[in-house]
Amino acid sequence: MGVTVGVPRALLYYLYYPMWHTFFEELGAGVVVSKATNKRILDLGVKATVDEACLPVKVFHGHVLDLAEDGDVDFIFIPRIVSTERRAYICPKFMGLPDMVRNNIRPLPPILDTCIDLSKGDAGYWRAIFDLGRQLGARPSRVRKAYNLAVSRLKEFDRALEAGRLPDEAMHSMGLETGIVTGTGTRGAGAGSPAPQNGLPQDSLLRGGRAEAEAAAGGDGDGLSIAVLGHPYNTYDNYISMSIIPRLRDMGVRVVTAEMIPEEITEAASQRLRKRLFWTLGRRLLGAALHFIENGGIDGCLYVSSFGCGPDSLVGELIERRVKREGAFPFMMVTIDEQTGEAGVVTRLEAFVDMIRRGRAV
Amino acid sequence: MKVTFPHMGNLYIPLRALFENLGLTVIVPPKSSKRTLTLGTRNSPEFACLPLKVNVGNFIEAFELGADAVVMAGGVGPCRFGYYGEVEREILEDLGYNFEMFIIEPPQGRFREVLHELGRLVGRVTASQVIHAVRIAWEKLSSVEALERLAAKVRARELQKGSVTKALAQALKDIDKAETLGEIRTARLDGLSTISGVPQREDYTPLRVGIVGEIYVVLEPFVNLDVERELGEMGVEVERSIYLGDWIGLHVIKDMLRFGRGSLKRVKRLASPYLQHFVGGHGIESVGHSVEYARKGFDGVVHLAPFTCMPEIVAESILPRVSKDLDIPIMSLIFDEHSADTGVVTRLEAFVDLISRRRSRLGNLGKDTGDVSYAGLYRR
Repeated sequence: MGVTVGVPRALLYYLYYPMWHTFFEELGAGVVVSKATNKRILDLGVKATVDEACLPVKVFHGHVLDLAEDGDVDFIFIPRIVSTERRAYICPKFMGLPDMVRNNIRPLPPILDTCIDLSKGDAGYWRAIFDLGRQLGARPSRVRKAYNLAVSRLKEFDRALEAGRLPDEAMHSMGLETGIVTGTGTRGAGAGSPAPQNGLPQDSLLRGGRAEAEAAAGGDGDGLSIAVLGHPYNTYDNYISMSIIPRLRDMGVRVVTAEMIPEEITEAASQRLRKRLFWTLGRRLLGAALHFIENGGIDGCLYVSSFGCGPDSLVGELIERRVKREGAFPFMMVTIDEQTGEAGVVTRLEAFVDMIRRGRAV
Repeated sequence: MKVTFPHMGNLYIPLRALFENLGLTVIVPPKSSKRTLTLGTRNSPEFACLPLKVNVGNFIEAFELGADAVVMAGGVGPCRFGYYGEVEREILEDLGYNFEMFIIEPPQGRFREVLHELGRLVGRVTASQVIHAVRIAWEKLSSVEALERLAAKVRARELQKGSVTKALAQALKDIDKAETLGEIRTARLDGLSTISGVPQREDYTPLRVGIVGEIYVVLEPFVNLDVERELGEMGVEVERSIYLGDWIGLHVIKDMLRFGRGSLKRVKRLASPYLQHFVGGHGIESVGHSVEYARKGFDGVVHLAPFTCMPEIVAESILPRVSKDLDIPIMSLIFDEHSADTGVVTRLEAFVDLISRRRSRLGNLGKDTGDVSYAGLYRR
């Protein structure tokens, strides 16, 4: 069978790709992931979207165009992920994502689309999954089997994240070829020209930092730990985040992200809020921050927010206010957009780490 | 306890009546101004949407006048508005203000929490007192909106610029002052007849523009830089897609009695070729109403949103397609604390220019072609 599904390497890719990959492969489809984000992809995305859209949505459009241009895919997978749990949503833009893409990009290969909405319970969930399978010509019994396998792969992935791996590393270890080496990890470098950036070996940036092994095992040197909080599609996309995580690791810092904290823990911590937060990803971030405030374990916290992100504007604010009130640990908010210069971010990052190190030495 | 609440257009008129009739002392914040915005912007998250910033400014200014309790609406997402109250509470607490906050969450089928919060706010009141207060508030709200609707129609035809706006302001003042149902009705009738009695141009068919967008920006002239009046004074008849009465009917009554969903369904159906899912806030309404205005033969649509508004960004991404498919000019205006009226007026003028040329090109109104509209436009 020759159906190929294209998956944009953007947005929820960083949380669900192993599941999607397994599901489609089990149904006999080939899976192609778009290239790692690069300048061209970003430019394509910026051109296709309205100015006001947030950076990750622009980048998503760029990835869709990248897949469409390659012409090797029969479908592009753009699910409408409204909600993954009761009484909470991802973000309004995810709810309108397929519509935005359809209206912004023409012509477009067929979109593989289904609506996942668990906000009011799981009625209709299986129908959405079967519907997805049907679009690939698979019967419900086969779909169910593929789905179950996909879910078990997702659990395996989540466990790998909780063990301190980054999504790319976890996927790699699961034998999912993410093709990350084909892209350039940092800004400034033109597409496909893997020039070293600021003295950092390009390979190190792409592979997640040379201190990767030690870091995963608990850090090296002085054992400095910094939490990098932010929506996964910002923090883990090295082009968007300007390689904040690999850079920190190269400075000998152990990086902790919200996905590395088991969900039960972040969920329990987030219940200290007066009112439950109705954004799933935001609640995870806030829960992680509250967990760190209460239990320590980190020396500083970096919040990576993208310009124009609605949830970030409130979640980041709530975290910052609480950290300041408790005097818990140094905190820095980094806001990124499509034009942020890399040098500025690198300087702030180095200053932040230096400040923490100096504070500890006193 | 002195209660305050955020401004949203003329909502203060019914809200003041509601709370005063429930026996509360009300402090209406000073009308939103440059100062309000400065106070709000200084103390709010940089990338929060504009309504939150103006809310914070309103609250601070009300505290300065002695208010010590805030009533705010809640929400269940995905739009940020649902979490405004919580964030605003933290901001104001960190600023050192001493106050109580009452956040009225949408009932979602369960009333206990709502009644509890309301009970905490108003204390012991009789059922008849509540019914009376609600009736007065509702009467004021529907009167305010009837006046606003009429003003938007007549303003396009007024002979002397500003006369409708003046008449409307006086009528609103009278409604605000009125205490009994009878007085409100009198004020309403007087207001309606004054506005319709304003000297008007005969034989003039104005351009018609629909306003869609995020509710707060649509309803608050301070924030939208008086788009409705500006367009009206350019000789354009304006119809806005959102009136509070409708909105309350839809969101409060609907939730309570599961009725009145008809109009939302219709809007969803109209939007469905372009947007197939609710996206929070008024995103789907913006698309659906734009389609509706196109079908009704309006000359154009103006779409208003606060900067970074998530649902409206979805709508904004989709409206160019609606515009193309249905051949209706649509202009999105995004507002933040830096918006300046010159910029907006220039864009509105250009837009009106465009739609009036379009109408004369289409010539779909027989003898009433562009010339007349031009006269309206350059009257300023």
